[in-house]
Amino acid sequence: MHRNAVGRLLPEEIPGYGTVRPFEGYNVRKPEGNRDGRKHVATFNDRTDKRLPDIKAAIKATGLESGMTVSFHHHLRNGDQVVNMVLDACAEMGIRDLVLFPTALFGVHKHLVQHIKSGVIRQIKGSVNGPIGQLASEGGMPDPVILRSHGGRPRAVCSGDVHIDVAFIAAPTADKYGNISGTGSRSSCGSLGYAHTDAAFADQVVAVTDNLQPYPIANISIPMYNVHHVVAVESIGDPAGIVSGTTRVTRDPLRLLIARNAASLIESSPYFTDGISFQTGAGGISLATAAYVREVMRERKIKGSFGLGGITGFFLSMLDEGLFERLLDVQSFDLDAVKSIGSNPNHVEISADWYANPWNAGCAVNMLDTVVLGATEVDSHFNANVNTEATGALLHGIGGHQDTASGAKLTIITTPLLRGRIPCVVDDVYSVTTPGEVVDAVATEFGVAINPRRQDLIDAAKEAGNVPLMDIEDMVKQARELTGPMDPVATEDRIIGVIEWRDGTVLDVVRQLKM
Amino acid sequence: MKLRRTKLYLPGNNPNMLLRGHLFGPDGVILDLEDAVAPAQKDAARVLIREVLKRGRFGDCEVTIRINGMDTPEWKEDLQWTVPYGIHGIRIPKVEDPQAIRDIDEELSAIEEKAGIPQGKTLIFCLLETALGIHRAYDIAGASPRVAGICPGGEDLCADLHTSRSNEGTELVGPRQLVVLAANAAGVDALDTVFPRVTDDEGLRQETMFVKQLGFQGKSVIHPNQIPIIHHCFTPTEKEVESARRIVAAAREAEAKGAGAVKVDGKMVDKPVVQRARFTLQRAGIDEEVVEHA
Repeated sequence: MHRNAVGRLLPEEIPGYGTVRPFEGYNVRKPEGNRDGRKHVATFNDRTDKRLPDIKAAIKATGLESGMTVSFHHHLRNGDQVVNMVLDACAEMGIRDLVLFPTALFGVHKHLVQHIKSGVIRQIKGSVNGPIGQLASEGGMPDPVILRSHGGRPRAVCSGDVHIDVAFIAAPTADKYGNISGTGSRSSCGSLGYAHTDAAFADQVVAVTDNLQPYPIANISIPMYNVHHVVAVESIGDPAGIVSGTTRVTRDPLRLLIARNAASLIESSPYFTDGISFQTGAGGISLATAAYVREVMRERKIKGSFGLGGITGFFLSMLDEGLFERLLDVQSFDLDAVKSIGSNPNHVEISADWYANPWNAGCAVNMLDTVVLGATEVDSHFNANVNTEATGALLHGIGGHQDTASGAKLTIITTPLLRGRIPCVVDDVYSVTTPGEVVDAVATEFGVAINPRRQDLIDAAKEAGNVPLMDIEDMVKQARELTGPMDPVATEDRIIGVIEWRDGTVLDVVRQLKM
Repeated sequence: MKLRRTKLYLPGNNPNMLLRGHLFGPDGVILDLEDAVAPAQKDAARVLIREVLKRGRFGDCEVTIRINGMDTPEWKEDLQWTVPYGIHGIRIPKVEDPQAIRDIDEELSAIEEKAGIPQGKTLIFCLLETALGIHRAYDIAGASPRVAGICPGGEDLCADLHTSRSNEGTELVGPRQLVVLAANAAGVDALDTVFPRVTDDEGLRQETMFVKQLGFQGKSVIHPNQIPIIHHCFTPTEKEVESARRIVAAAREAEAKGAGAVKVDGKMVDKPVVQRARFTLQRAGIDEEVVEHA
């Protein structure tokens, strides 16, 4: 057994995963070797039309066989129909034991449960949630789910840790020679940032589109030289589920209170000055924090440099107002962002590699000043868990959590002290997703706890005088007092999930629930 | 002089709100055993409130309990379950008769004695929710030295006046003015009723500025998002603060010289003006000057 740098005991080998390389610290592992690649392919002018009649023809043309790895991107989110469509076709063609390598799965993909149960899918290397997560947690998958961050995933591909046999790319617009755009149709999703690395590294790349346009299209996101086949289908997604984010700031007073506490910490920090950059998600607390920060930026006439990550109309309004110079967009969260990315030169599409891969010559998260993140729980060592719920079920992906926490100068986790009767600030998190060494503060409705290693932030907050500071131990104690003791999660020994740090080392494992 | 700009109602049967209400920064919280709690849940709410009071984590908030009306059998139980556990006061609904205040004063004295609480510590705030209550406001405010504030009703009062609550609040102008007059005559606080439209921030701002001008010291609050708006309205302007500072400083100087009144900016400043200036500084959060010069 290994004990890794966050104190977790890990086996040396995990069936279905392989040799465990334990987490050594957030920036300890140095990469070896070169970037991986794929076999050369030549396309001469005797094949200037890459269209195939249907999904099955594409599967056949790629040479996809049982046991191979197929990848997908999640920009269509809960409106996606491509993953289900391709896996249905694989099942009908008798293909089995596939490794599914999505950037993320959503509720709409519960359709895949049947393909897991029937053996079409053997393993998922990507986030699982809802019914699929529950199934995995109960031991319903042969091999463990492997969870990687948005930056860890392209790192795994570029380094050769994961080799993609076939990438299926949902394309809101495409032409017959394989140029792809995320805009221009009823299925527009904006940025295609997560699909770039797959297009560049997969042995075979299939563009699946419901908006085939004459060659060449404009606003090209993924170019034709990385696409081998094109399939036109009736629909790649339901627009109602594609744009699921919101530009409206919550009126929930509790969330606003947490957001205000987080914003006051940002305001007191040395980073709150001209040129500040930040990322927030589209969640209620994150967006509300951004709203408070925006107010103070206006008051103090502070101009930011860039906003990063999932982009919303809210961030666009800050761009329009001159509070940001640029937006770097790996994922467009709402219709405003989708409309803007094709027309505003200051709204820049970036790939996940560019966004957060720690093993390239520079990713965007390293330029972040502040990031506001959520968590299902945080602990007295500032470790954060975003993967498992209080029941121990593996229900959420990592997203950019590890990457932005690692890159930003000020990382704030916002969470209520309790959700119902469940404490969210605890002695030790059930699963470690992001180690405490890259988390600077925890903001709850009861106050803000700053990591003791950031004495500079503590001093700045004290000087500002408007940050309700408290020790993390007091936060834990208060939560415990309110909820009383909790029963520990009962599990089997079998490992059903592996949580990797963004450099490919193992942070933690998730075990099968005892039923 | 206690700041009572905002008093936030918290349902007595909602543990989340009871535990977190003070975090929103109101000057006071009202743990409600009356309208927010269904008859079948009164007992459970009393137990819950008692346990929350025992924790005693309300920050700087003034903690009051809205008991059930004295026309119900519940009110004595409400007092027994809450007064011994560290509250600052009670809020009595639908007060119409000064004698009722004297009765409750007696009951409070008995509970305080038994619980070892200093006599008279538990304050009384009266909700005047009928025409008769408004009419008798001065007598009610003076019925006991425990009375610290009176508050006109909103919806109930409108029903009793055979009208409805309008956006402009025209129907409440008269009652509000009467309450301010009675409160000041009796030396207690005039505290305004709730603003019911919780998403109408501008409406709340206008109403708060209006009641501040009438002479109210604060408002009751039914949603935490209303608190910063009301506090902002009651926060003095820089000009008001500067003037108050000069008045307090002049008064201090006069006191040192043994003089009764003094001139500031060409106007005579006497005791009530100094008191108002100190209150202005307190509202502005400049407590140290108030303490230093008081």
